[in-house]
Amino acid sequence: MSGLDRRAVVAELLRAPAECPGGELLVVTGLGSTTYDAGAAGDRPENFYLWGAMGGAAMIGLGIALAQPDRRVLVLTGDGEALMGMGALSTVAARAPGNLSIVVMDNGQFGETGHQASHTALGTDLAAVAAGCGWKTTLTVSTMADVATLRLRARHEVLFAVIKISTAEVPRFLPPRDAAALTTRFRGALGIAAD
Amino acid sequence: MTATSWQDGVYAALKNAGVRQIAYVPDAGHARLIQLAHADNDMHVVVCTTEEEGVAMAAGAHLGGQRACLLMQSSGVGNTINMIGLPTTMRAPFLTLITMRGEWGEFNGWQVPMGTATETVLTAMGVHVKRADRADEVIDIVAASAYLAFHSAIPVAVLLSQRLIGAKVFVKPEGN
Repeated sequence: MSGLDRRAVVAELLRAPAECPGGELLVVTGLGSTTYDAGAAGDRPENFYLWGAMGGAAMIGLGIALAQPDRRVLVLTGDGEALMGMGALSTVAARAPGNLSIVVMDNGQFGETGHQASHTALGTDLAAVAAGCGWKTTLTVSTMADVATLRLRARHEVLFAVIKISTAEVPRFLPPRDAAALTTRFRGALGIAAD
Repeated sequence: MTATSWQDGVYAALKNAGVRQIAYVPDAGHARLIQLAHADNDMHVVVCTTEEEGVAMAAGAHLGGQRACLLMQSSGVGNTINMIGLPTTMRAPFLTLITMRGEWGEFNGWQVPMGTATETVLTAMGVHVKRADRADEVIDIVAASAYLAFHSAIPVAVLLSQRLIGAKVFVKPEGN
């Protein structure tokens, strides 16, 4: 089967999260498999997992990035989630925060709901869409060597990357899903006092 | 009170409430607020392609320690409904100011269905809905609603009625 192993990709992308300008990398994942991938790579308070709000990952990342200009934000999402929030690629590019990158794990299908083909398997090239929205650096990655390079680039540059991953099933890993608890610990890790 | 002066007062109320991020999908009724926000170097201002983006951005602002407000018109409320579950589930504050269409001297019938349903659907999603009909009450209502949203960490919407903002006037060419 073609495409990279998603767990190996995310384990590499999120490896050594403290090796990041401004402190621990802040991560927002999309509803579905990227939430499981990030949890499997190691649960940490600076991960905010979406278990709903499909299409919202990029804009949540923008809100964090604007509020925390000295920190780096990585939005790690899937092709289906990115497609649902495609307008946000335009909105984020227009605002152009200097501390936010988006990485899309693209297996060309809606894996959570029965492996229906997604639009990226039917003609949509999300990296080209992002470029058309004004993202100055877009790339498509299909080797682990390039993922290793992307790990650091995504923490130092502003970029939109698509990683071509395998459709193979991986063991389910379920990180915490209490959104209020996830919110409190994320803010706590940033040193934000309760209101 | 003129439209400009009450809108300046509403902007001051948002500033007093500590709002640092404003997301909007443009509406003529919000034009003055949007203009003030863009002129304010201490405000992050983001124009959205669709209103649900602003709901998600406000949730991100809360995660990052800032307060946000979404400006939209009533037709846009329909685009936000699932995303409003996000701040609710996070137990995060959410504040939105909504200019109403389809309720007072409306020319365009396409605005009526969503305008009529706005309060009902927001309430169904657990949003606390306040309504301002007069210029002499709107600043206090926005201030109190912002306080409620940010201190009680709940979603709050303020409807700026079409009577308050003034119905959009369409002028037909002579003889048409």
